[in-house]
Amino acid sequence: MTMGTKTGELTFSRVEPGMGLAAALRKAPADVLTEISRSNLRGRGGAGFPTSLKWDLAAKTEAERKYVICNADEGEPGTFKDRIILSDYADLVFEGMTIGARVIGARYGIVYLRAEYAYLRPHLEATLQRRREANLLGQNVCGQEGFDFDVEIHMGAGAYVCGEETALIESLEGHRGEPRNRPPFPIDTGYLGQPTIVNNVETFAWVVCIMAWGAEWFRSHGTGKSSGYKLFSVSGDCARPGVYEFPMGATIAQLLKEVGGEHAKAVQVGGASGQCVSAAQFDRTIAYEDVPTGGSIIVFGPHRDMLDVAGNFLEFFVDESCGQCTPCREGAAKLQEGVEMLKRGKCSMAYLNELCSLGETMQLASKCGLGQSAPNAFLSIVKHFQDEILGRTGKKRR
Amino acid sequence: MLVTERERLREELVGLADKYGRQRSSLMPILEEVQQRHFRISEYCMQVIADLLDIHPVEVHSVVSFYSFLNEKPQGQFVIRLCRTITCDMAGKEHVARQLQNDLGISFGETTPDGKFSLHWANCLGMCDQGPALLVNDRIFTRVTPEKVHGVLEQCRQTFGTHATHSGREHRP
Repeated sequence: MTMGTKTGELTFSRVEPGMGLAAALRKAPADVLTEISRSNLRGRGGAGFPTSLKWDLAAKTEAERKYVICNADEGEPGTFKDRIILSDYADLVFEGMTIGARVIGARYGIVYLRAEYAYLRPHLEATLQRRREANLLGQNVCGQEGFDFDVEIHMGAGAYVCGEETALIESLEGHRGEPRNRPPFPIDTGYLGQPTIVNNVETFAWVVCIMAWGAEWFRSHGTGKSSGYKLFSVSGDCARPGVYEFPMGATIAQLLKEVGGEHAKAVQVGGASGQCVSAAQFDRTIAYEDVPTGGSIIVFGPHRDMLDVAGNFLEFFVDESCGQCTPCREGAAKLQEGVEMLKRGKCSMAYLNELCSLGETMQLASKCGLGQSAPNAFLSIVKHFQDEILGRTGKKRR
Repeated sequence: MLVTERERLREELVGLADKYGRQRSSLMPILEEVQQRHFRISEYCMQVIADLLDIHPVEVHSVVSFYSFLNEKPQGQFVIRLCRTITCDMAGKEHVARQLQNDLGISFGETTPDGKFSLHWANCLGMCDQGPALLVNDRIFTRVTPEKVHGVLEQCRQTFGTHATHSGREHRP
């Protein structure tokens, strides 16, 4: 098993631009889908939905207009791998979108780019223009009669919740970024009510690699349930933060060794919405079946106050909750208050249990993934670091 | 606002509606461009945009108030957004925040009286491996320390000078 490679040595740098698209165009759309299905590629944004299933459902829905949307609203705390992909491998992303368009029969593509990444836009526009001139976008793409596809860039305006696919679509349609009820799903009722696939930046890039090198190559890496490689954004208390590529199923300990974070007392896997893993569990694997992640790895050294960590994440959710549903809007604020009480040493065990029960309610009753995952970090920190957070005297322990 | 000024603004908004189209999905691009040009989206602008897109002004207001990059209140030419999320926090964003407030003489959420700078918190700018990070309009600064704050502000001031009339947003690094 080859271990982590840093930025610049990613698999993406080895795939020749155009190879994947050419391979995909030689096949019938249904065969492209079969290939992706055999590769077992799952959504790299973190939720892990099988890519081929999503595309298949959208392909089977009859409609005049269909849309391919690239979710470049990378807002999860600790995640920055999409920024690297868009900076260095934008061609792969657009190529993956083009393959997706051919599979589902779409003519329109949209990249939803977060406002914080506005400085990437000139580069992306230039890449799109170059692709149009090379007939990789536009009418009769690559000389394929009747295959028209073009991509435009749409800016976000600073809202984390728009990373949720239905909120993203709402935002594109000119509304507040409030998640919709699902079903209906975007695959039949997406942008402007039309069938739409929304995929992560990284997912599109992997599709190109799968087309270029085959499903077998992809499947031969990773675990049975989580195949292939994954990009990780590593930050926090480690010697070598940055973007790394690992096969799925690597253990947290292996990853920490690679990045120079062996002394960590905890790792937050999956960003603010992920879970906090304590040192005792560093043998757990990063995969959809064990500890899933969209790529965010935040390392906490021995001197970190885990209550500060929980407080920071909750501050984030209180600010970013769209306010639509009560469990998320009120729950996150209550948990944040609870952290303040714990910091002052004014929280009874009974109240802490109440807070945990509230967290579980949020997980069950919130409308979208944001609210459902908002209490995760708090709950896992309370679970693993109870000795550290209870009975404080109000002074920082350091 | 003077009648002539209103007329001019209205014409400008009509131009934007023609550019992006008069359907609801054009709302965000129109609002983003108004924000860039005028450093705010005034009540009057919202009404005109609503009129042009044939929606209720409240709909426009609800969108403006939802997104953190759209503001009804006038913003400075340079909007500084300091990342407050976990890794930038761990890297010492509090000290950078303090120095920014000292050097600008304003608190977070405020704009300097000369209309040059606004200061805001941001949630994760995606520079977690190089924190603390801050964004000045479209430009990102990483590994910012309190002693570097002055330099960042000076760069803004010098790039556009005291009498500059154009926006910093047209500048790309």
